[in-house]
Amino acid sequence: MRAPAALLSADGVSKHFGGFVALEGIDLDILPGERLGLIGPNGSGKSTLVNCLCGTLRHDSGMITFAGRKLDGLPAHQRTRLGLARSFQLPKPFRSLSLADNLRVPLLYAVNARPGARLSRAAVAARAAELLADVGLADKRHRLPRELTQVEMRKLELARAVASAPRLLFADEAMAGLSPSEVEEILAVLFRLNAGGITIVLIEHIMRAVMNFSTRLVVLVAGRKIADGAPEEAMRNPEVERAYLGE
Amino acid sequence: MIGDAAFRAGRFWAVSFVVAVLLLLLTRAAIQNEYFFFAAYVVLQYVVLATAWNILGGYTGYINFGIGAFFAVGAYCSVVLHKLASVPVPVMMLAAGIASGIIGLGMGYLTLRLRGVFFAIATLAMAIVAQTLIVNWDFVGGSRGIYIIRPQHAPFFGDYVEYLYSLMLLLSWIAIATARTIERSRLGLGFNAIRDDEAAAEAAGVPTLRLKLIATTLSGALMGMAGAPLPYYVTYLDPASSFSLSYAVNSVAMPVIGGMTSWIGPVIGAVLLGTIQQVATVTISSALNLLIVGLLLIGFVIVAPNGIIGLIQSRRRARGAR
Amino acid sequence: MEISLNLLVNAVVSGLLLGGFYAAVTVGVTISFGMLDIVNIAHPAFIMAGSFVAYALNSAWGLDPILVGVGAAPVFFVIGLLVYQIYFYAFERRGEESMQGLAFFFGLLFVGEVSLILVFGVDYRFVEAPYIGPSLHFGFVELPLRMLIPCAVALIMVAVLQLYLGRSFIGRAILAVSQDRLALQLMAANPARVKCIAFGLSIATAAVAGALLIIIQPVEPSIGRDYIGRIFAICVLGGMTSFPGMVAGAMLIGVAESITATFYGPSWAPAVAFGFLLLTLAIRPAGLLGR
Repeated sequence: MRAPAALLSADGVSKHFGGFVALEGIDLDILPGERLGLIGPNGSGKSTLVNCLCGTLRHDSGMITFAGRKLDGLPAHQRTRLGLARSFQLPKPFRSLSLADNLRVPLLYAVNARPGARLSRAAVAARAAELLADVGLADKRHRLPRELTQVEMRKLELARAVASAPRLLFADEAMAGLSPSEVEEILAVLFRLNAGGITIVLIEHIMRAVMNFSTRLVVLVAGRKIADGAPEEAMRNPEVERAYLGE
Repeated sequence: MIGDAAFRAGRFWAVSFVVAVLLLLLTRAAIQNEYFFFAAYVVLQYVVLATAWNILGGYTGYINFGIGAFFAVGAYCSVVLHKLASVPVPVMMLAAGIASGIIGLGMGYLTLRLRGVFFAIATLAMAIVAQTLIVNWDFVGGSRGIYIIRPQHAPFFGDYVEYLYSLMLLLSWIAIATARTIERSRLGLGFNAIRDDEAAAEAAGVPTLRLKLIATTLSGALMGMAGAPLPYYVTYLDPASSFSLSYAVNSVAMPVIGGMTSWIGPVIGAVLLGTIQQVATVTISSALNLLIVGLLLIGFVIVAPNGIIGLIQSRRRARGAR
Repeated sequence: MEISLNLLVNAVVSGLLLGGFYAAVTVGVTISFGMLDIVNIAHPAFIMAGSFVAYALNSAWGLDPILVGVGAAPVFFVIGLLVYQIYFYAFERRGEESMQGLAFFFGLLFVGEVSLILVFGVDYRFVEAPYIGPSLHFGFVELPLRMLIPCAVALIMVAVLQLYLGRSFIGRAILAVSQDRLALQLMAANPARVKCIAFGLSIATAAVAGALLIIIQPVEPSIGRDYIGRIFAICVLGGMTSFPGMVAGAMLIGVAESITATFYGPSWAPAVAFGFLLLTLAIRPAGLLGR
């Protein structure tokens, strides 16, 4: 029974590469305002699922609905304009653009492409500065991405995703390879964004962060969803234990 | 808000137009040596080709090797019009621009969904297909080529070669102003994003396919327009020379050597390389000439990938850091 | 236009022979582009160099061109190593392979062609060998030896390479690199060295392919350009990494070109391969036999 208030609904989504089945019949509802943790062993299909939901990959079967609209067949940039955003596992900044210009891209192409009031040139610049200040990168806004540290790159990645004023944000392994205090920094940003009204799906391996952050947990193993519920319950699921403790 | 950006763009168009006209009047009044206009035509033609190439290659990051598909098609478009009716050259340029623009659009639609690498190879394929079609088309002379009679004088403009030179100068103005306008606009930012990371650009809301199609269409159209006056310039047009790979190498080498990040780069590259080649063709063989261009291309790509502009910028940055 | 069966069969047969030769021309790119993701569009320049080396040694000392090709292969292998080193230090290490690398190879293609023009001029060159001229006859089917022998040598070379890649240590390392660079790196094996050797191999094949080319037809430096489209068309058609697919693709294009040349005239032949390429890219980039 589909919850009518679901922000994003995936219905039987499947994806295969040649003979390899990456996703098999994924049913998933993402409720507005929640903090959803998406976990699973390496190769379980988490990033593939994100790619299919965001439009970077075309899913082979099933249906995806966002805020009542069917997303099937829509290219990624249109999904972004509808309110979906994602950060990439390996940060993909626009290398030849300053941090401020990195944020101008989604501001001009996602926010200003929506019907309604368009931001003026000055407003765009101000908003970019504001977003950078929110993640503590205000003083570097005229620098190039290659001058950033690891954690700063991750913050830029998140800031750029948020710049498109999304309703739903997929944070794809935004904390991989960071030190514990850096993980806390990123988590704080995510908590703040969620408090501001953005629904967040956190794809992560760092269990402490996921358990801390999520109001609900979804577990993928070998392309199938094997658990979906409150974090403690999901972790106690025997299949999940088997997947993580090895077979 | 809109007025502000448009005002600044309009100002550049106006100022550069005045510069172009002044340059035109000055050169025509002061220079008596006819050879200057022959040579300058070629250099300006390369300014247009390099600038047009750079809109796609430098700004968007999609390399086009099939310049012939646009440039030579533009030339043959003029041939067709010339044989059908007596049409003034500017009209031919417009027609060539439209034809080449459509080819750019079509080729883009076929291949832009694929990786940049396949796009580049497909552009080569397009050029060969276009050449094969023209080689087998007797109406425009086929492989034997065709002779075009160049009139002595053009209405109002006097000497016909000076007329062609004037047209090419104006086309250069259009190409340069267009490139600069794109650079400073939202479109240019989108192109830049595509070049830096297409997947991230798409995820950020940039309609990558549409922008790439705009780039290929615009680039192709400008190249076609550059080819339109060619039949009158050379007076003998054949597929082998109009589809010559030397146009392709130059169109790639000039922006690479000048610098691909700004409209100034292709201009520098075209003026520098074009002038050197015009001088060199008189003194050394054209094959050796082209060898040097090829070696320069390889050298710059390896050692100074941001071209002359890049070299100047890094020297400035180094000095500023001291 | 009456389609005489005689003509058609002969067109198909010579298309198949041509296709075999095309496989030799393409196998180098299947390795460098299909497996290693290096867009070596300068491959035709190396083939032309191979042709002219065969010409030079054949006209100076009367050496058999195939022997020259095989003998030159180790030299071309070393040249390939050198070119890869330059490519690696300039581009792959910096991580900006695609666009700059393309421009690099394009420049190389051009420099190669122009260098050959400077040394040998623009005239057509040909070699002399006892098997150029005579043909075998089976009924009305004609098998010119100058096409049959290159086809045979080509297919042998492809088969040998296939065996090498499948059986030898280095060969299997090359296959591993092509499938999962990241995994190889994580295992602390050095993919760059493996790729270097593979690239050297791909250029070595050009030496042989060039020798075969000049047996089939007289050559002049700009012929290389026609081969760019053919090579990549066949590589894509064959599914990028598959040798059997590549041979199938080569035969297909060989036959298509041969039939076009026979019934519509040779001036249409260059467009065939390129047309195939455009179609394949537009419709099914994964190629005939898929990945």
